[in-house]
Amino acid sequence: MDVAVTLRVNGVARSVTTDPDRPLLDVLREEFQLTGTKHGCGEGRCGACTVLLDGHPTLSCVTAVSAAHDKTITTIEGLAEGETLHPVQEAFLEAGAMQCGYCTPGMILSAVALLREKPAPTDDEIVTAMNGHICRCNGYVKILSAIRLAAGGGEGEARLGGRGSCRAVIRTSNIEH
Amino acid sequence: MTDTTAIGNGLRRPMPSSDVGAEHELTRRTFIQLLGTGLVITVTQTGALAQRRERGAQRADTTLLARLYLNHDGTIAALSGKVEEGQGARAQLSQAAAEELRVPVDQVCLIMADTDQVPDDGITAGSRTTPQNVPPMRQAAATARELLTRFAADRWQVEASSLEVRDGTITHAATGRQLTYADLAKSKEVADAFQQPVDADIALTAVSGWRVLGSPVLRPNAIDLVTGAHRFPSDIVRPQMLYGRVLRPPAYGAKLESIDLSAARSMPGVVVVQEDDLVGFAAPALFQASAALEAAARTATWTTSDARQPSHQTIHAHLKERAQTGRGRADVRGSIEQGLAAAATTLRETYTLAYIQHVPMEPRAAVAEWTDDKLTVWAGCDGPFRARSDLARLFGIPAERVRVIIPDMGGGFGGKHSPDAALEAARMAKAAGRPVCVRWTRAEEFTWAYFRPAAVIECAGGLDAAGALIAWDFTNINAGGAALDTPYDVPHVRVSSVGSDSPLSQGAYRCLAATGNNFARESFMDELAAAAGVDPLDFRLAHLTNQRIRSVLEQAATQFGWSARRRSVTPELGVGLACGTEKGSVVAACVEVAVDRERGEIRVNEVCEAFECGPIQNPANLTSQVQGCIVMGMGGALWEEVQFENGQMLNPSFAAYRVPRFRDIPRIDVQLVNNTEIPSAGGGETPIIAIAPAIGNAVFAATGIRLRSMPMPGGALKQT
Ligand code: FES
Ligand code: FES
Repeated sequence: MDVAVTLRVNGVARSVTTDPDRPLLDVLREEFQLTGTKHGCGEGRCGACTVLLDGHPTLSCVTAVSAAHDKTITTIEGLAEGETLHPVQEAFLEAGAMQCGYCTPGMILSAVALLREKPAPTDDEIVTAMNGHICRCNGYVKILSAIRLAAGGGEGEARLGGRGSCRAVIRTSNIEH
Repeated sequence: MTDTTAIGNGLRRPMPSSDVGAEHELTRRTFIQLLGTGLVITVTQTGALAQRRERGAQRADTTLLARLYLNHDGTIAALSGKVEEGQGARAQLSQAAAEELRVPVDQVCLIMADTDQVPDDGITAGSRTTPQNVPPMRQAAATARELLTRFAADRWQVEASSLEVRDGTITHAATGRQLTYADLAKSKEVADAFQQPVDADIALTAVSGWRVLGSPVLRPNAIDLVTGAHRFPSDIVRPQMLYGRVLRPPAYGAKLESIDLSAARSMPGVVVVQEDDLVGFAAPALFQASAALEAAARTATWTTSDARQPSHQTIHAHLKERAQTGRGRADVRGSIEQGLAAAATTLRETYTLAYIQHVPMEPRAAVAEWTDDKLTVWAGCDGPFRARSDLARLFGIPAERVRVIIPDMGGGFGGKHSPDAALEAARMAKAAGRPVCVRWTRAEEFTWAYFRPAAVIECAGGLDAAGALIAWDFTNINAGGAALDTPYDVPHVRVSSVGSDSPLSQGAYRCLAATGNNFARESFMDELAAAAGVDPLDFRLAHLTNQRIRSVLEQAATQFGWSARRRSVTPELGVGLACGTEKGSVVAACVEVAVDRERGEIRVNEVCEAFECGPIQNPANLTSQVQGCIVMGMGGALWEEVQFENGQMLNPSFAAYRVPRFRDIPRIDVQLVNNTEIPSAGGGETPIIAIAPAIGNAVFAATGIRLRSMPMPGGALKQT
């Protein structure tokens, strides 16, 4: 039996009459055309479908739409204010923290929630908060850098020392042939 | 594509071409209209490439290698048949055009992988974009620049050599006269002059003069990735579109015997498609289509073959037993018989590889739409033109009536060569009479996509009395011949790659067989070094005259502090190294691992990798590719394995198939060597091949236990 569900999505009141068990992910994508939220696994283990539900990172693929009734949802489309990007979005651009970019919306939303709660997280706190997100492309290093950067860490790539730190050096060789 | 999108810092960037077609539905005609009557520059192919294409003979009109449109507003559209899947081709090809045109990179808008718009540049695979597609793009752009400069010189009656081109403006310094590309593009004579094909032997900007190439350029549509505006293949929505699901057999080789479709048919909005081997369910919501599929699947009966199929546990014995024989194995150098006979010490070992999945974050996806008798498909696959001909063949229609568009997609790693979802979507759309979107689930991706081959690799080596390697015998069963031969100097060598009978469907993967071959070779070199009682670094260097490999190996070792750290190895903490070459590039890695003997766990603490692929075209992207290869390589080395039994996958989910996560990332030190004396090679694959052997060698250094399979069974290290 379909039910009427009311949601506040990116500041806009929306309602939909649908099966209460339908994943929130499908409703966002199919009913509201908010396709920035991605399907990566449907089993709650990759983070691609992350949205903020009342401010908390939530896996929309394993969240029934009825569970979001009367709640506030932020998707990746709702993060920028007009043409002004959210600082975490800016940091991802600055760090070049995306290759294919499919994991990026989920990563950004979880990072936003993390930084709201802990404005200056340690690397271990970042890793713990982000561990549910899979990226297959860039080895996570630049994502970590982006989050450090958004946290005001200044240095996009920390000195070689801690977990996930990276140093990339380019040298010009004098190779004899 | 002449639109611009505002970005946060106030700059304006060209609208990403991935939106072309998706939102704007450009036909070729409207495309040209949109671009105005700009110039069309064509480059004919010459020499070997043309000949090879003829032999390949897929299309009659592959004479166009590259195209550029110069718009009246000063923007430039460049066209490429390559796809962007996160490897960085969009930035790189944009840089290539901008470099030779002498314009800032954001003045170029790259249209990719739309069969109605772009030349057939072949499938995106094998690290070939850099060596094979960047040069033609540069030739087209250089030709354009030269012709425009000459035209300005004629108009001003001055020597072309006295003109300077910068930021799309041609300047005669002596008189201060200026013309822009946009000015020239409006001239009819110029337009005419550009209709002619041009010579592809034009001089390209020397590496020392690069301004755009060689610099760290962000992906041109990065802004759309961080705002969610970019439409991946899974995000394409068409009017009246239905979401489709396909019935899959419960096991490999199972045949559908009967199915009751009545329950599915009676569900509101559901369209059931039954046609040959395809049973599909389409509905206005994915949820409904899945419900229909599940209802019908419960009633299905299947015939399965009685014969036991190999499992992941018996696969290596199976591959070995079915290995092709017959063709004699030839010596590559010297005589292997003599070499082994002369050896004072002989070693023989066998290495194995499991099947693994590519696991791109975006599973296969496609949307198909029939309008009149024309089919348009948006799909996530690597070969737009290959997909077009597959679709045309399937429906018995001319290729001209099929248009395939590949929006920038969510990863591939060699796993998306086949347009499976495109074919399914097109069949269902035809039957349903409405556009249909087919997105594979993760379980489908883990089960019905092809895998990186499993393999058995047999090695034999002989050392003389002084510890020099004099004989090398190497056979890869089932995985292929990439990076098969040894780069070391050995007088007696035999190598071979033989096929076998793969129970699972197998195909390309990032660096494919090179990963397994290098794992076996570099692990075995370590075993030989140990047998010779020599430091693994010294043993390699003693047999290596290839200067490029030596250079990265020495750099990684120095940077890592190999000699000192090698001396301070403990039973819990090991260091290992490995090097290799493939696809025109060279790599070396040193790693430190921590071994937990109680739990049987291996943790990679640190990776220092040096990589060289000629002149670096985009250092930011190359760094990401190397970082990505290191971490992806850890997955194949330590955890990833497709488990199966009697044609059924046992671990088709992230819960059961372990990929690297944030917690796993080590300290990473990437050393990019910019070798400007050779042409650039691709860099998205080869950095992966040094990781697994370096880890295995480090585990051996710590524990004395040699792990000869990928993934490495940590359990074998358990000490109770
Ligand atoms: S799609 Fe929801 S966690 Fe993967
Ligand atoms: S950038 Fe491709 S999955 Fe993260």
